[in-house]
Amino acid sequence: MSATIPSHSAAGKVPYYFVPGPSRHPLMAAIGLFFVVLGAGQWVNGSGWAPYCLAFGLLWWAVVLKQWFAEAIHESESGLYSDRIDISFRWSMAWFIFSEVMFFGAFFGALYWARVHSVPELGNLEHQLLWPDFKGLWPSSHPGATGAPAGHVEAFSTMGPWPLPTINTALLLTSGVTLTIAHHALREGKRGMTIAFMWLTVLLGFVFLLCQGYEYYHAYTDLNLKLTSGVYGSTFFMLTGFHGFHVFVGALMLLFITLRLQKGHFTPERHFGFEGAAWYWHFVDVVWLGLYVIVYWM
Amino acid sequence: MTTPAPSIPTRPESLTFERLRQAGMALAASALTTAAWAVNDLPGGPAVRQFDLPQPATRIAAAQQDLHVMMLWICGVIFVAVFGVMFYSIYAHRKSKGAKPADFHESTTVEIVWTIIPFLIVIGMALPATKVVVAQKDTTNADITVKATGYQWKWGYDYLKGPGEGIQFVSTLDASQRALSDAGKPQGDNYLLKVDEPLVVPVGKKIRVITTANDVIHSFMVPAFGIKQDAIPGFVRDTWFKAEKTGDFYGQCAELCGKEHAYMPIHVRVLSEEDYAKWAEAKLKAQLAKADDPNKVWAQADLIARGEKVYAANCAACHLPNGKGGGAIKAIDGSALVLDADKGKQINVLLNGQNNIMPAWRQLSDTEIAAVITFTKNSWSNKTGQTVQPAEVLAARK
Amino acid sequence: MTAVLDHGGHAHGHDHAHDHPHGWRRWLFATNHKDIGTLYLLFSFTMLLIGGVLALGIRAELFKPGLQLVNPELFNQLTTMHGIIMVFGAIMPAFVGMANWMLPLQIGASDMAFARMNNFSFWLMIPASIIIVASFFMPGGAPAAGWTLYAPLTLQMGPSMDAAIFAMHIMGASSIMGSINIVVTILNMRAPGMTLMKMPMFAWTWLITAYLLIAVMPVLAGAITMTLTDRHFGTSFFNPAGGGDPVMYQHIFWFFGHPEVYIMILPAFGIVSQIVPAFARKKLFGYHSMVYATASIAILSFIVWAHHMFATGMPVTGQLFFMYATMLISVPTGVKVFNWIATMWRGSMTFEVPMLWSVGFIFVFTMGGFTGLICSVAPIDTQIQDTYYVVAHFHYVLVAGSLYALYAGFYYWAPKWTGVMIPEWKGKVHFWLSLITFNVTFFPMHFLGLAGMPRRYADYPMQFADFNAIASVGAFGFGLMQVYFLFVVLIPAMMGKGEPAPQRPWEGAEGLEWEVPSPAPFHTFEEPPKLNADATRVVG
Ligand code: HEA
Ligand code: HEA
Ligand code: CUA
Ligand SMILES: [Cu+2]
Repeated sequence: MSATIPSHSAAGKVPYYFVPGPSRHPLMAAIGLFFVVLGAGQWVNGSGWAPYCLAFGLLWWAVVLKQWFAEAIHESESGLYSDRIDISFRWSMAWFIFSEVMFFGAFFGALYWARVHSVPELGNLEHQLLWPDFKGLWPSSHPGATGAPAGHVEAFSTMGPWPLPTINTALLLTSGVTLTIAHHALREGKRGMTIAFMWLTVLLGFVFLLCQGYEYYHAYTDLNLKLTSGVYGSTFFMLTGFHGFHVFVGALMLLFITLRLQKGHFTPERHFGFEGAAWYWHFVDVVWLGLYVIVYWM
Repeated sequence: MTTPAPSIPTRPESLTFERLRQAGMALAASALTTAAWAVNDLPGGPAVRQFDLPQPATRIAAAQQDLHVMMLWICGVIFVAVFGVMFYSIYAHRKSKGAKPADFHESTTVEIVWTIIPFLIVIGMALPATKVVVAQKDTTNADITVKATGYQWKWGYDYLKGPGEGIQFVSTLDASQRALSDAGKPQGDNYLLKVDEPLVVPVGKKIRVITTANDVIHSFMVPAFGIKQDAIPGFVRDTWFKAEKTGDFYGQCAELCGKEHAYMPIHVRVLSEEDYAKWAEAKLKAQLAKADDPNKVWAQADLIARGEKVYAANCAACHLPNGKGGGAIKAIDGSALVLDADKGKQINVLLNGQNNIMPAWRQLSDTEIAAVITFTKNSWSNKTGQTVQPAEVLAARK
Repeated sequence: MTAVLDHGGHAHGHDHAHDHPHGWRRWLFATNHKDIGTLYLLFSFTMLLIGGVLALGIRAELFKPGLQLVNPELFNQLTTMHGIIMVFGAIMPAFVGMANWMLPLQIGASDMAFARMNNFSFWLMIPASIIIVASFFMPGGAPAAGWTLYAPLTLQMGPSMDAAIFAMHIMGASSIMGSINIVVTILNMRAPGMTLMKMPMFAWTWLITAYLLIAVMPVLAGAITMTLTDRHFGTSFFNPAGGGDPVMYQHIFWFFGHPEVYIMILPAFGIVSQIVPAFARKKLFGYHSMVYATASIAILSFIVWAHHMFATGMPVTGQLFFMYATMLISVPTGVKVFNWIATMWRGSMTFEVPMLWSVGFIFVFTMGGFTGLICSVAPIDTQIQDTYYVVAHFHYVLVAGSLYALYAGFYYWAPKWTGVMIPEWKGKVHFWLSLITFNVTFFPMHFLGLAGMPRRYADYPMQFADFNAIASVGAFGFGLMQVYFLFVVLIPAMMGKGEPAPQRPWEGAEGLEWEVPSPAPFHTFEEPPKLNADATRVVG
C-alpha cells in the first residue's frame, strides 16, 4: 500500500512519527503462520498432507514478509522515518535480542540441570534401586562414556573442540571483524569497500554453516552421536542446532542488507537496518562463544 | 530428630473449628441438598463438610496444623486491621458526607514503616515454619522403609527394610467403586478410597516411604500424616511418618497422572506392633505360597483364566474390557501384533512399553505376563491358539 | 487513506471527512492503536466466555459425586483447556488490549511505536486460538495434562498436544512482539514533559510487565520445544533413562510460570492505582514507592518459582530458600495495598462503578494474597499443594484480582472508548452480584482443599459433596452475571446507547486520556502535546 505515502513527505517533510496506514500484511502473515502451525503440528504426527501444508504456509509467509519489508524499506528510503523512529528501531532490536538470550537461556539451563543435577543424581547410591547400572558420568568428561543405564542409549563418542568447532570459532570471530570493517567503511562513505566486506561476512557465515553441517554428519556417522544419544545428545544438538539456525537467519539478514547496499540504500549517518543486523550477528557470535566453551570444552 | 510439636488430639483451636463446623453444618444442611447423600465422616479420611485440616495422626501433621492456625491468626488480624481502616475511611471520607479531600500524598516515613513491619511479621512466620521444614525432611533412622511406586493407576508397595522386608503387593481401587462412579451412583463412607489391599504399618515406628513411579508423575499423599511426596518416574524421593495411633488412614494421588487420576487412592492401616508382626508373617507366607515358579509349564486354559484376571486388573483401564482401545490407545482385539506368529513381539511390548503411551509392565511376574498374553491371543475375535509359557517371558527379560 | 500522515502545519480534525478507514478493512488491516485495542478486548472477552463455558462444564460435573456428564478423559481436557484459554486467551490479551487503547493516550503519543507489528501481534492470536479450541475435535481430544503441561504426561498425549505446542509458540511470539511494542512506545514516545516518574501508574506497571514478558515467554517456548522433541525426535530432556529429568520441565516451566502470574496482576495494580485516586479526589499516595514496589515484585518473581514444586522433594535448603523468597513478595505487595488505602484516607470519595470494582479488587485480592502466603509456607503447602486450596487461591487473585481490575478499567474507560456513559445501576448490579457469586463459588474451595480434595479430579469422595455443590451453584451464578454484562452493559454501550459522555466523565480523574474528547477521535496527539508541570493536562 505504497499509496499511503503522501507526496508532501517525499518533498522533504519528515513526519514527527510516521504511522503507517491500514495494511494487509499483518493479517496475511498471520494466515501464513496458521498453515505453518497446522502443518507442523500434523507433520510430526505423520500426516501425509501436512508437509505440503507446512511448506505452503512457509512460502506464503515468506512472500508476505517480502512485501512487508519492501514496503517498510520504501517508506524508509522515502524519508518518512524520523530520528525518533530510528530510536524505536534501536530499542526494539535490543529487546528482541534480549528475548533471544532468554530462549537460549532455557537450553543452557537444561544443560546445566542435566549435568549438575540429574545425571549425577541418577548415578548415585539411592538411585541404584532403580538403575543398578547407570553411569552417572557426564559424557564429555569421559570419551565413550554414556551417562545412561546400559542398553538405553547406544554407546557414542562426544564432540570435542578440535578441530571443527575451533575452525568455526575462528570463522565466526573473523566474520565479526569483517562486519565491523564494513561498518566503519559505511560510516566513512566508502560504499565499495562496505559491500566487499559484507560479502565476505556473508560468505564466512555460510561457510560456518557448511562446517557445522559436516560436523553433524561426522557426529552421526563416525561418533554415533545422535539426537537420541541421551541428554548429552539432546542438549548438544538442540543448542548447536538452534544456534546454527540463528546463524542462518543472521546471514540472511546480512545478505539482504548487502543487496540493499548495492541498491544504494543507507547513508553514512542513517543505516539502522545495517546496524540491527550487525547487532544480531554479534549476538549470534557471543552465543557461539558460550557454546564453544561450555558445550565443546567443558 | 524430634519435632517441636505438642501432643496430638486435644487442642483448643480444633475446638473452635469444631464449633464453627457445627454451625456451618446446620446452616448448609438447612440450605442444601446433602441430606440426599447418606454419608458419614470417615475416620482417618475426610469428614462431611470438613472445614479445617484433618485430625492429625502424626506430630508433623500437628505441627503443620499449628502453623496454619498461626497463619490464620496473623493474616486475620492484619486483614481486620487493614480493612478496618479502609472501611472506616469509606464510611467517613465520602463526598456525600461533605468530606473535603486532604492534600497529603507522600511520606517516606510511613512507607518505611509499612515496609519494615510486614518484613518483621514475615520473619516471624518463617521461623517456626523453618523448624517444621527441617523436621519434615529428616528421613534418617527409619524403622521400616517402604517403596511406593506409582503406576497408572495404582500403587505398588515394596517393603525394603525392617520388619516385613520382602513383602510386595499392588494396591488398587476397589473395582465396584469405579463402576459406581461411572454409573453416577456413589455410595459408602469410603467411596473412592477403598482399595483391595491397604499398606500396613506398625504404630509408633518411623516409616520411611520411598516414592518413585513407573510411567508419569504421581503424588503420595496422606493428609492425616501430613505427607505429600511426588513420585517421579526414574527418580527416587522420600518422606516419612510416624503414626501416633492405630487405625485406618486415607489419601489420594495428588498429581495429575492421566484419566484415572481420581481413582488411585491410598489406604494405610496402622496396626499395633504385635498385630503388625502377625500380619507381616502371614503375608510373607502367603506370598511365598503364591509365588509362581517361572519354569512351570501351564495348560493353555489355565493361563487364559489367569490372564483374564490380569487383564481386568491392569489392561482394561485403557484397552477396555472388550479389547477395543480408543483414541490414542491401540485396540488389542484384531491387533496385527497380537495375531503375529512371532510371540516375541508382544512379549517385548509388554516388557518394554511402546510409544510412550503403553508403559512397560516389568513389574508383573513372568507368569502374569505369559498369562495375559495368552489370554489376549485367544480372546474376542483373536483366535491364534498360541500359548506363551512363563519361561519364554523370563528368557525375553534377560 | 492518507489522513494518518496528514499533519504538520495545519490543524487537524477539520478536513477529515474520511477521517478513518471504513468497513471491514478498518478492522482487518488496522494499524490504529485504538482499533487494535478494541479488537484485543473483544477477542479476550470471547475467550473468557469460551473458557468460562469449559469451567461450567467442570463445575457441572463436580456438582455431585459420581460421573454424570463427562468421562474422566474429557474432564481433564476441560480443566487443561480452561486454564490455557483463560490465561493465554482471556486475561493476558485483555490487558494488552487496555494497553493498546490507553498507553498512547496516557503518555501523549500518536500511536504505538510499531503500528503494523501491533496488528500482527493481534492477528497471531487468532490462528493460535482457533487451533487451541479446535484441538477438542482432534483424534484423542484436546491436551489433558493440565495447563502446566507437565512432562512426562505430555508425552502420552495425542496429536493435539503438538498442535497446542505450536499454537503456544505463536502466542508467545505475539506476546513478545506486543511487549516490545509497549516498551518502545513508553520509552520513546512520551510527550515532552512526560518524564518516567510522572507517568501514570498504568503505564509504569505495563512497562514492567512488558519486561517480564520479554524475559519469560522465550523460556516457555524453550520448555515446550523440549517437550516436542522428546515426543517426536527421541531427545531425553525429561526422560531419566537418557539422563534427563521430568522435574527439569517443572523448573523451566515455573521459571516462566511464576512471573507469568505477576504478568496477569501488575497491570491490574496499575488500573486500580489510577481509579482509586480518581474517586478519592486525591493524588495517589506514595507514587514513588508504588513504582519501586512494582519493580520489586517483578524482580522477586524470578527467584520464587519452585514454590510450585515443594512436593517434588527438593533439598531442605531449596525449600527454605524458595519459601523465604516467596514470603518476601508480600512486603512490596503490602506496600501497594497500604498506599491505596492511604490514598482513600481523608479523600472525598464517591463510589461509581469503577471505584466499586477497585475496592472490591483490593478487598478480595488481598484475601487471595493471604492464601498465597499460606501456600508459601512449605509445611502447610505439604497439606494443600495440588488441592482445591490452591484452586481457591489462584481464582481469588486471578478472577477477583485480574478480572475485577479489568472490569474496573472497562467501566472507567468505556466512556472514552464508546462515547456513552454506562448507566450506574447496570454496573452496580453486575458488580454486586458478581462479588457475591464469586465468593459463593470459590470460598468453599478453601475448605475442600484443607480437607484434602485434590484438584483435577473428575470425581471425589462423598464427604466433599456439599461444598462442591455450593461452588457449582455459585459458578453458574457468576457465569450468568458475565452473560448479563455482555447483553446489558457491553452491547448497548458498543451500539452507542446511553447518555453522551463528557470529555472528563469522572470528576477527580487525572491524566491525558481525559484531555481528548469522548469518544476519543481516531487520531490523537499526532503532534506531541505541551503539558503542564505534573504532566496531567495539555496546555496550549
Ligand atoms: C494473578 C495471579 C497470582 C498472584 C498475584 C499470586 C500471588 C501469590 N501467590 Fe500464587 N498462584 C497463582 C496465581 C497468583 N498468585 C496461580 C495461577 C497458581 C497455581 C498454578 C497452578 O499450579 O496451576 C498459584 C499458586 C501458588 C503457590 C503454589 C501452591 C501449590 O501449588 O501448592 C504458591 C506457594 O507459595 C503461591 C504463592 C503466592 C504468593 C505468596 C503470592 C503473593 O504475591 C501474594 C502477596 C499479597 C499479599 C500477602 C496480600 C497483601 C499484603 C498485605 C495486606 C501486607 C501485609 C501482609 C503480611 C505481612 C502477611 N501461589
Ligand atoms: C486466568 C483466569 C481464570 C479465570 C477467569 C477462571 C474462571 C473460572 N474458573 Fe478457573 N482456572 C484457571 C484460571 C481461571 N479460571 C486456571 C489457570 C486453572 C488451572 C487449570 C489446571 O488445573 O490446569 C483453573 C482451574 C479451575 C478449576 C479446577 C479444575 C480442576 O482442578 O479440575 C475450577 C473448578 O471449579 C475452575 C472454575 C472456574 C470458574 C467457575 C470460573 C468462572 O469465573 C468463569 C465465569 C465465566 C463464565 C461462566 C462465562 C460466561 C458464561 C457463558 C457464556 C455461558 C452461559 C452461562 C450460563 C448458562 C450460566 N477453574
Ligand atoms: Cu496418580 Cu494422579
Ligand atoms: Cu507462583
